[in-house]
Amino acid sequence: METFYQYLIVFITAIFVNNVVLSQILGICPFLGVSKKIDTALGMSAAVAFVLVLATLVTYLLQYYVLNPCGLAYLQTIAFILVIAALVQMVEIILKKVSPALYQALGVYLPLITTNCAVLGVAILVIQKDFDLLMGIWYALSTALGFGLALTVFAGIREQLSMVAIPRGMQGMSIALITAGLLSMAFMGFSGVDNGLKTFFGL
Amino acid sequence: MNGIIKENPTFVLLLGMCPTLGTTSSALNGMSMGLATTFVLFCSNVVISMLKNLIPDMVRIPAFIVVIASFVTALQMCMQAFVPDIYATLGLFIPLIVVNCIILGRAEAFASKNKVVPSFFDGLGMGLGFTIALTLLGAVREILGTGKIFGIEMWTEDYGMLMFVLAPGAFIVLGYLIAIVNKFKKA
Repeated sequence: METFYQYLIVFITAIFVNNVVLSQILGICPFLGVSKKIDTALGMSAAVAFVLVLATLVTYLLQYYVLNPCGLAYLQTIAFILVIAALVQMVEIILKKVSPALYQALGVYLPLITTNCAVLGVAILVIQKDFDLLMGIWYALSTALGFGLALTVFAGIREQLSMVAIPRGMQGMSIALITAGLLSMAFMGFSGVDNGLKTFFGL
Repeated sequence: MNGIIKENPTFVLLLGMCPTLGTTSSALNGMSMGLATTFVLFCSNVVISMLKNLIPDMVRIPAFIVVIASFVTALQMCMQAFVPDIYATLGLFIPLIVVNCIILGRAEAFASKNKVVPSFFDGLGMGLGFTIALTLLGAVREILGTGKIFGIEMWTEDYGMLMFVLAPGAFIVLGYLIAIVNKFKKA
């Protein structure tokens, strides 16, 4: 039961308390770039979730079975970014062959993911936090869900924003950033929930 | 020297948002991040413009990424050795310089098409523009959040609003700074 509680806490922490976009400030470029419509936001979230989980799995194995035994831990940054870039390309090619429908839906967003710092960031965080493989993948999945939640909510607000009159200088990115700030403030309301849950479950 | 004002990467081109928002909790942190990025940008621009005839067009993006990642790794090790305090504060954002779109963007748009000397100045100009923007953002957040600037007390901390040092402050201050820049650009 204790393990179950630990997984639950990681899940809730990654989605609400330490939301990847609104509290850790990673993956801002897609967050601001593809959040004009809910449809594109959902597509991007799905693509990120897919790549994030896969990238975490591959980089975890690379770190513990190749880099560490060979004493090459200092090559982490180079190795990880190359693996992620290659992985994104591979996913694109495989999806095109295996599932054209899914490729149609995610295709446009895949190349953008290479430079999404959330992917590299989570891969490095999983190593830094000393998670085991299963927990690492669970953490990546929860983070991706948190990213999807933030992106979708933000896109919903921006759809509404496009219908109101905004002062000239504030149009575009300026009002988007202030909206994101207010959203981030709302998510700050969750801070402390993780420790509360830990006490509640008696961990 | 366009990078400092006219094509400022942060306020005008809106590139490299993650480190901009994530590391500017104080003026000093913002400036350190800006200088670290300038170093990588400047070195990678020079090296890529030297290698531009040797790199086949098909694999240029991966090749650029390897060059950039090598400089980031070198920087990471130097910072860990010489300025461990700053290294600890910036933390995850140092390896994330690799995925800063300004660096790859300048490599692709400028260094791969120009000679070494213009690339040298382009890297320096863009880097300084980025550093100035980050320092400014960090200074505004630090003064509103803690009443200090570069650690020097301007008024007592009781008047500080903690929110500006945390994540929401980053978004809101940058939003207003961009609005101010837009205002001047149109005038």
